[in-house]
Amino acid sequence: MLAKRIIPCLDIKDGKTVKGVNFVDLRDAGDPVELAVEYSKNRADELVFLDITATHEKRKTLADLVRKIAQHINIPFTVGGGITSVEDVETLLQNGADKIAVNSAAVKNPELIHQLAKQFGSQCVVLAVDAKKIENGWKVHLNGGRIATHIDLFEWCKKATSLGAGEILFTSMDHDGTKNGFANEALAQISTMVNIPVIASGGAGNMQHFADVFTIGKADAALAASVFHFGEIKIPELKNFLHQKQIPVRF
Amino acid sequence: MITIIDYECGNLGSIQNMIKKIGGASRISSNPEEIANAKKLILPGVGAFDTGIKNLHDKGIWDILNKKVLHEKIPILGICLGMQLMTKSSQEGVLSGLSWIDAETCKFSFEYADKKRKIPNMGWNFIQLKKESVLFLNMYENPRFYFVHSYFVRCYNNQDVLAIAEYGFNYHCAFEKENIFGVQFHPEKSHKYGMKLFENFIAL
Repeated sequence: MLAKRIIPCLDIKDGKTVKGVNFVDLRDAGDPVELAVEYSKNRADELVFLDITATHEKRKTLADLVRKIAQHINIPFTVGGGITSVEDVETLLQNGADKIAVNSAAVKNPELIHQLAKQFGSQCVVLAVDAKKIENGWKVHLNGGRIATHIDLFEWCKKATSLGAGEILFTSMDHDGTKNGFANEALAQISTMVNIPVIASGGAGNMQHFADVFTIGKADAALAASVFHFGEIKIPELKNFLHQKQIPVRF
Repeated sequence: MITIIDYECGNLGSIQNMIKKIGGASRISSNPEEIANAKKLILPGVGAFDTGIKNLHDKGIWDILNKKVLHEKIPILGICLGMQLMTKSSQEGVLSGLSWIDAETCKFSFEYADKKRKIPNMGWNFIQLKKESVLFLNMYENPRFYFVHSYFVRCYNNQDVLAIAEYGFNYHCAFEKENIFGVQFHPEKSHKYGMKLFENFIAL
């Protein structure tokens, strides 16, 4: 039985972790490499790094950072944020990323998914999608949720899958930051519709939320940031909890 | 010294990093001469079967590999696509594999299965050993490994099967035949379990 995955997400800006991170025993709480090592030791199954650096110039630091992370951790990691081309992806993979996540650029140019899948294989192409429920359904949003589109979430997931995406990372903007649980209904719909793994994001507040997202939401993996960064939920405890609920996890 | 074969398929740095971490020495090479002098080989790989086979031919390492493995019988570990290339053929392509193992690489299909599974099989899974192996010497209990694959190996000789994993059905996730080892999972991404496996391979 495949284990359900727990994935901490780190936001990176200019090579540093942003958003509060509250880890004890770390020299520099902002150092993504140290955080990554800590999470890797504490049984995170994978890691996601989202680069929110705005300028192209500073993106070179990302490749350096990816290389350092790859030297120090022995679990898979995904890098996303501002990826627009095959060349971007090539650089990140060469430096040791296992998967890359594309978001806005794929909406603007869906062919990118196909190109990436063809060149590097579906297994390393994660479609990240931010969406929000508006009167007549879930709509995809771009640029970190700032720009609304008319694109239907489910249609987009289906299309991206057929273009070769290997995994979907769905963030519900309605749930993100609320700590009231994941968007289980929409997640279950995506998960039953596509035949690739789905990572749930947005809304984690307690351990029961994780149990729910794997059972009700039918997610294959769950991603969270602050509950892990602030130590509100410790991954080893979360895994024990899920194990007791008969949800398969990796110890 | 372990030689990691670079045939432009996949991320070799993580394998080298892990070997370094456990105190082993390795080099990444696509140079036929270096490979001809190797004492121990790793054939890694992520990507398509035919591309992998073609690159082994184009880089002039196909014949050397056959000589090293079949005649000199030096230890070789195939990882993911590297394991699949050691079989006779793949449903993913039309080219002939290295054919060191009497096996075929098949596509996951759940069309007629009661329970649909997702493709690729991606994530951490238990494996079940089918025979004793030096690769799993002193392995931690209930080892879990990280998998990412859409194709799996079907061995035709039961003696070659080293381990099975379950994904909709039981399939062969590792084989061992004399000096030839193949694993479908990624030990370089499998935390302490993968580290132990590499330690054992280094100690061979």
